[in-house]
Amino acid sequence: MQFRTKAAFAAALLAAPLAIPVAPAQAQNEQFMPSLVYRTGAYAPNGIPFANGRADYMEMLNARDGGINGVKLVVEECETGYATDRGVECYERLKGKGPSGAAAFSPLSTGITFALTEKAPGDKLPLLTMGYGRSESADGSVFAWNFPLLGTYWSAADILVQHVAKKGSLKGKKIALVYHDSPYGKEPIPVLQDHAKKHGYTFEAIPVTHPGVEQKAAWLQIRQGRPDYVFLWGWGVMNSTSIKEAAAVNYPREKMYGVWWSGAEPDVLPAGDGAKGYNALALHPAGSVYEVHKDVFKHLYDKGKGVAKREEVGQVLYNRGLIDGLLVTEAIRTAQEKFGKKPLNGDQVRWGFENLNLTAARLKELGFDGLIGPIKVSCADHEGSRKARIQQWDGKQWVYTTEWIEADTKYLRPKMEAAAKAYATEKKIEARDCTKVASN
Amino acid sequence: MIYREAGQFKTSYRADQAVFPILQDRVGMALIVLAAFVAVPLFATEYLLVAILIPFLILSMAAIGLNILVGYCGQISLGTGGFMAVGAYAAYNLALRVPELNLLVVFVLAGGITALVGVLFGIPSLRIKGFYLAVATLAAQFFLDWLFSRVAWFTNYTPSGSVTAPAMKIFGFSFVSPAERYLLALFLVTLAAVVAKNLVRGRIGRSWMAIRDMDIAAEIIGIRPMHAKLSAFAVSSFFIGISGALWAFLHLGSWEPLAFDINRSFNLLFMIIIGGLGSILGCFLGAAFITMVPIALNQIPAALGVPISTATAAHLEFMIFGALIVFFLIVEPHGLARLWSVGKQKLRLWPFPH
Repeated sequence: MQFRTKAAFAAALLAAPLAIPVAPAQAQNEQFMPSLVYRTGAYAPNGIPFANGRADYMEMLNARDGGINGVKLVVEECETGYATDRGVECYERLKGKGPSGAAAFSPLSTGITFALTEKAPGDKLPLLTMGYGRSESADGSVFAWNFPLLGTYWSAADILVQHVAKKGSLKGKKIALVYHDSPYGKEPIPVLQDHAKKHGYTFEAIPVTHPGVEQKAAWLQIRQGRPDYVFLWGWGVMNSTSIKEAAAVNYPREKMYGVWWSGAEPDVLPAGDGAKGYNALALHPAGSVYEVHKDVFKHLYDKGKGVAKREEVGQVLYNRGLIDGLLVTEAIRTAQEKFGKKPLNGDQVRWGFENLNLTAARLKELGFDGLIGPIKVSCADHEGSRKARIQQWDGKQWVYTTEWIEADTKYLRPKMEAAAKAYATEKKIEARDCTKVASN
Repeated sequence: MIYREAGQFKTSYRADQAVFPILQDRVGMALIVLAAFVAVPLFATEYLLVAILIPFLILSMAAIGLNILVGYCGQISLGTGGFMAVGAYAAYNLALRVPELNLLVVFVLAGGITALVGVLFGIPSLRIKGFYLAVATLAAQFFLDWLFSRVAWFTNYTPSGSVTAPAMKIFGFSFVSPAERYLLALFLVTLAAVVAKNLVRGRIGRSWMAIRDMDIAAEIIGIRPMHAKLSAFAVSSFFIGISGALWAFLHLGSWEPLAFDINRSFNLLFMIIIGGLGSILGCFLGAAFITMVPIALNQIPAALGVPISTATAAHLEFMIFGALIVFFLIVEPHGLARLWSVGKQKLRLWPFPH
């Protein structure tokens, strides 16, 4: 191994003037946690708080408990800039590090998720795509390595339609989707089209080109068409631009509904008063009043550690980063019960994800009571939970306007299975028989 | 001293016109090829192969294609990303709809389809030149981007518009491991480089260069501009199409139109400008510079153990990379390939200049 590294080093020097860092000697009781982040570029306003939350949670675990059952977490970040090719490079760079290799990847980009979905099974590495990624990957029998926990875009679209349908029949109404023109933005379209047939509304999809700072044409279309509702599937600067444009064409913000990636502070604050009344889905509340935040403050910020600014703790995306950290570390903890309290490889962590069961009592212990609801993952269901609430921006903060709404499994499940099956046929994958996969 | 060609007599035109007329070049090239085909797959780490060398090789091929058009024929193109997308989606659809086809045949056909599309978008070059042509090819880029993200047939009606490549299987052999994939890419790129090098040395290449240097004069000495320009578009697009298919099949595995957006076109144009317009070696040097330097810059702080944040590392990468581009363009506006040939001239005399 030593020889190989050296030879590779020599080969690299021969092939190009390129320095390959040689990993320093690793301590043996460490779990390597790769972190694909974007702290620069058009998506940085949203990428930074998420990355901070995730990093802080793991650092807090290290400070409070000495890691997971004594196995220290070593986090290394790699900047992707939300670009798929850089994301793939980061993945290749980090996947083999640490004594047991990377535990799991959460790329926070649907494009990178799609690319890694092809690579993860070969490398035996689980992908945690909390609230994003490929919708049909919730079918664990085909997508053994993907875990779109807490909800997919199909669930999100379904929840939004359920919500607006409760406000009055959708027959003859018009719903427009303003979406980021990428796999991310296109994900909800099939569900919204299905519902259009069922509920009798007309559906219009309006794409916005990456990075989304130029949307005049899209909002002109909305001014002319005057849809009854506008759903927003944006990310990064696109979100705040959409809200500003809506204000500019005087489209009522109360009739705009964003997905949970379009409902954070960086999305509404730049729009100022124009954002008042704007709605978005929420997977979890904002605020730093929960138990876990007390630990984060006590072990990190009071000691001057923490990567974010103190007042940023508790922002929507910061909290989502915490939850992402929670899910991956709890999967490792679950897997440790079976495989031993030592650094685990991706295969073992995958088992941990598949058998993850966070009950209300367990969440309370972990300090996440009130942030998220219970999650139970199984071989067939890699989503674990598919609920969200609607929140509204009142000019200062996000306020819940509904209770939890659950996506309609009866409708989504067959659709998901059909899509997963089509993928399996195209890729010639043998689906696992989930009735035979032992849960223990 | 080591580069002396004294005593190397050429006794035939054939010897005088060889690709590498000097013995040292032949030996050096043989060693590089040997290292690339044998040593690298044996010793390189997976990361080096998958994340650095394979993308470098594939983009080198695209740069060769673009250099034929821009560097040799003088027709500026900003549509490279779009043409790569044509290759990728053509290969995807061929492999999907005619699964019996051998993948190598698929790649060649994808190159052929791209060549046709390239000729189509090359037609304006018969009437317009320079910046105006750049704008026309920019339109090709945006049109092709739009086509592949809007016309669902091309993506086989996948809901998200992202498609995945089939397994890489040629003659019953699966290219799965990084070394196998690297060798496949290397083989195809070597082939492309040899073909391109010989094309530009021959009659066709000379007609391209004549058009580049002065189209009216070229026409007067009997070169048909339409023929020369369109053949440059065709050959260029052929290589770019194959590289697009390889980028999708070998490197990404799953892709959306965004993988071939305008930034890819700019990237490739920078590669050939920095590497050297009108030089096959320059394509490789430029591709290496543009693909590897940012990644290396990004990792240097961590490798040196300097504790800086990810964001600072990324910003530093942008700044240093930009500065390097400016530096190299000032030092040698004709690109890295020219830098190398200047060095070679000096080496011939070194260490006794008189």
